[in-house]
Amino acid sequence: MVHQPVRQQSFAPWNDPEARPLIRIEGVSKSFGTFVAVDKVDLDIYPGEFFSLLGASGCGKTTLLRMLAGFETPSAGKIFIDGVDMARIPPYERPVNMMFQSYALFPHMTVAENVAFGLKQDGLPKPVIRDKVRAALELVQMGPFAQRKPAQLSGGQRQRVALARCLAKEPKVLLLDEPLAALDKKLREQTQLELVNIQDRVGITFVMVTHDQEEAMTMSARIGVMRAGLIEQVGTPVEVYEYPATSFVADFIGTANMFGGVVTADAASHVVVRSPELERDLSIAHSGTLPVGAPVTVMVRPEKMTLSRDEPAADWNWVQGTVSDIAYLGDISIYHVALASGRRVQVSQTNLRHGSEQRLTWDDVVYAAWHPANALVLTQ
Amino acid sequence: MNQPLGNRLSGLLRRWGRFLVGLPPYAWLVLFFLVPFLIVFKISLSEMQAAIPPYKPLLAWAEDGVLQLRLNLGNYRYLLTDDLYAVAYLNSLKIAAISTVGCLLIGYPMAYTIARAPKGNRNALLMLVVLPFWTSFLIRVYAWMGILKSEGLLNAFLLWTGVINEPLQILETDLAVYIGIVYSYLPFMVLPLYATLEKMDLSLLEAAADLGCRPFRAFLAVTLPLSLPGVIAGSMLVFIPAVGEFVIPDLLGGPDTLMIGKVLWAEFFDNRDWPVASAVAVAMLVVLVAPIMVFQRYQSKAVDS
Repeated sequence: MVHQPVRQQSFAPWNDPEARPLIRIEGVSKSFGTFVAVDKVDLDIYPGEFFSLLGASGCGKTTLLRMLAGFETPSAGKIFIDGVDMARIPPYERPVNMMFQSYALFPHMTVAENVAFGLKQDGLPKPVIRDKVRAALELVQMGPFAQRKPAQLSGGQRQRVALARCLAKEPKVLLLDEPLAALDKKLREQTQLELVNIQDRVGITFVMVTHDQEEAMTMSARIGVMRAGLIEQVGTPVEVYEYPATSFVADFIGTANMFGGVVTADAASHVVVRSPELERDLSIAHSGTLPVGAPVTVMVRPEKMTLSRDEPAADWNWVQGTVSDIAYLGDISIYHVALASGRRVQVSQTNLRHGSEQRLTWDDVVYAAWHPANALVLTQ
Repeated sequence: MNQPLGNRLSGLLRRWGRFLVGLPPYAWLVLFFLVPFLIVFKISLSEMQAAIPPYKPLLAWAEDGVLQLRLNLGNYRYLLTDDLYAVAYLNSLKIAAISTVGCLLIGYPMAYTIARAPKGNRNALLMLVVLPFWTSFLIRVYAWMGILKSEGLLNAFLLWTGVINEPLQILETDLAVYIGIVYSYLPFMVLPLYATLEKMDLSLLEAAADLGCRPFRAFLAVTLPLSLPGVIAGSMLVFIPAVGEFVIPDLLGGPDTLMIGKVLWAEFFDNRDWPVASAVAVAMLVVLVAPIMVFQRYQSKAVDS
């Protein structure tokens, strides 16, 4: 995680109006029969970016990726890569390479032959191919396995070979379709950081499809959250987590407590929301204006709340209930608080103090409280 | 009282179950392959005589209670002295090999098309490939006589279109035999090819395209090598029975079409020389065992990797 704060400060071409995107997706749709897989998507991806398309299965993320690779033709809209319209360009002439979810290694070829395959298609001289194959395999630490067949490799090793095979071609864009889905948890976490490091080193633009929000958060410069063929929000991991644009994004990324309600008052810096599920009105920081009576959703993350037996300060929002469940995870504990309305609220608390003695326990009557600035009003 | 008996029975079943399940195929092979082969082998080592059966027994009582075993290798030596047999063997191998290549050239595109057809259509297309089996083999070969003969359908059509001025002599030539074998054995080529092509992971072709490979080169570099097990299985299924084919060369071939199946027939029924005929049969088996062994080795290698 060390690299990330550094990069986020220095690398944000999407905020620079002068920056030219490497990939420009303009109003792209794709339908299969009557099913609309991708629905009028607009998206710019910048050179050197690690971009993730995040969504549940069937949301259209893989279809969008396959349109970038050229395996699917858009029903409508245009895709430009490096300024060139891709409409009439077949997959074998595109400056992109794709790493398949199944890795799609050629089973009848050795590791070295697999990596050399793409270079041979370019008609490069043999010594150049040999050097490039060696360099690519070294990059993913698979040099000693060059003469093995894919069947003789573990899942993690196959994944590395698939990556090397793409990187050896030095594409402008590398497309990754659920690259880590087939690996077990430990290996996956390790590989996440390694992929990001490799991407930093080679400087190629990565576009990754994943259903794993943690993976997307760890690896990406920006995330595009997709649902039902639409991109709900594009933003940095911090943006999509702290400032979700819609209640779907808030719910999909991490855990969120959400209360439906209506606006009862709109001040300059905050709005007051009344929810039928809560006894008290909520006061939430909000800079825009909202008409009184507008239906909204208030979103609070579990870690933004505090739990206590004592009534919180007057300017805080709080709900009162009884502790119905405690999940002790070591570093944190997650408390489920049942409100009088039957609604349950999740609160996570860092276990700051050493020891087995719990401050709060089952059936305690508690206040879950949060500061108005630590919640969000969502209108969609 | 019942319980221990039941337990003992189930224990017995468990011990012998595996053996019992394995028994029928072994019994089948012993009864219908090994025993007949040994009988043929035995006859091939005996001498001919004009009697019923038309060969002398191997074991005979000589005088003074001595049991005599007379092994006659003359039949095998005879196969070597008369080059009719060697020519017939070689010609059979040649005709089978060319027919196999013909089946491959026609069968591969067929299998490929079926394997890449929409899933719902594949079974119907496969059914069409197998459909001719519903008519007797003999009738189908006779039908080809009707098509290929001088005043047959093919010549009538060609004369009518004006491509030729006089009928072509196709029936009673090697060409007719090739046509007959390719036609009859094509399903045996298509089915194993289809099986390998159908289970191929199509993302491999996408990967090839993604890496800059044009479709035809991707076929040569990926599809073809990966379908090799099907090519070999199909070729064996066509080649091996084609070598011993008798009906097709007899009905469609001419007097010059020399195949070992025809020679075998002639020895048995025209010459009534069972010992030599048996020697021909044993020799044919030996000739065919070589390609079968190659096939087996390849198969076990494929299973290993």
